Amino acid sequence: MFDGDDTGRRDFLKCMAWAGTGALFAVSGGVSTSMGLEAAIAAPLKRTGATTPFTFVQLSDSHIGFNKPPNADARATFREAIAKVKALPQQPDFIIHTGDVSQLSRDVEFDDADQMLKATGLPVFFVPGEHDMLDPDGGKAFLNRFGKGSKGAGWYSFDHRGVHFVALVNVADLKPGGMGNLGADQLKWLKADLAGRPSSTPIVVFAHIPLWTVYAEWGWGTDDAAEALKLLARFGSVTVLNGHIHQITQKVEGRIAFHTARSTAFPQPAPGTAPSPGPLKVPPDQLRSMLGITDAMFVRGHDRIALIDSTLTA
Amino acid sequence: MTRAFKVLSFQAATLLACGIMMSTIAAMTKAAPAPAAAAVSIGNFTFKAPVVTVKPGATVTWTNGDDIPHTVVSKDGLFKSKVLDTGDKFSFTFAKPGQFGYFCSLHPHMTGTVVVKA
Repeated sequence: MFDGDDTGRRDFLKCMAWAGTGALFAVSGGVSTSMGLEAAIAAPLKRTGATTPFTFVQLSDSHIGFNKPPNADARATFREAIAKVKALPQQPDFIIHTGDVSQLSRDVEFDDADQMLKATGLPVFFVPGEHDMLDPDGGKAFLNRFGKGSKGAGWYSFDHRGVHFVALVNVADLKPGGMGNLGADQLKWLKADLAGRPSSTPIVVFAHIPLWTVYAEWGWGTDDAAEALKLLARFGSVTVLNGHIHQITQKVEGRIAFHTARSTAFPQPAPGTAPSPGPLKVPPDQLRSMLGITDAMFVRGHDRIALIDSTLTA
Repeated sequence: MTRAFKVLSFQAATLLACGIMMSTIAAMTKAAPAPAAAAVSIGNFTFKAPVVTVKPGATVTWTNGDDIPHTVVSKDGLFKSKVLDTGDKFSFTFAKPGQFGYFCSLHPHMTGTVVVKA
């Protein structure tokens, strides 16, 4: 899709990711390439095959109700993120929210997020984060509102224009000393869900906690993710979208591309650069350069999914 | 036996008894008896006292000092706090001796143990 010097582009990608500015991530044959945000938007989408190109947006970690440094009003920054979605040159077919919708699973927090998202007029698909499991019934408040029709702790799948989307939950029934956890029931369901699908089916998996170990010391990984990845290994194109860590990280392993999105509420430190995870107390004028959204473009038969991360300042 | 000797021997016995008592108290003090209460602060995604030892009937109080909510949940289902936002506290009284492991159900890499012994 994008010709040029791969090494140079990879370096550019790293630089741009950490500088907190927009960059387009495209994955081609297991090698990452990238180009600037403006050029990416200007680049024409080549149409091949029967499926028309489409986009969807990933929002993550809105933490509605969070009101401490560095963000006194996580509702305001979520509203800005949604305004950014509405301003995209190509309107997405839908939004996915990869969890921690709320700070404390309060009804008013879920409701405010719900109303703000409904104002987009777009379908929204959710998975819960650990902050969405804090009601006395351990996640029922979230599921009743955002998980209708889902199975177990909130997992499900759907198809959109030839792409199979799988929503996984790795924040339920966590084990002492462990990290994220999918559990035997969900893995059994995933196996059945994927069985019989042609390996040429593009797959997008989304879950809150990363499905690869970003940093075990902070619990930034999923204990039984390898079981899920084994089931996904035969597919030609798999994209895994996560949140939880409030910063962009990415990795390609075989034909699976992993990516984490920024939060719309507050940044967290890079792995190991602070005594613990938690809100990174950046100055007010820097906050919005560390929050953002991810725009995903899918062009059938053309290339892998392309992800554009942009900040609330960009 | 003269009366004087009786008084003397009584005094000696009392002194001896006092001595034994005092040495017993000294021995108990040296063994640092388990306290009747303990506090565990939560900060930087850790239980700051990962192991606390208390005596039966003691109350342990956890206080969350992080900007992120945590929980205190025993591994064997004995106790489970509600979500603790910044500054929130949770207390539990341990009636019986034993070792009680616990963790944060949101961030399960956070673990701790309460040891209850007489």
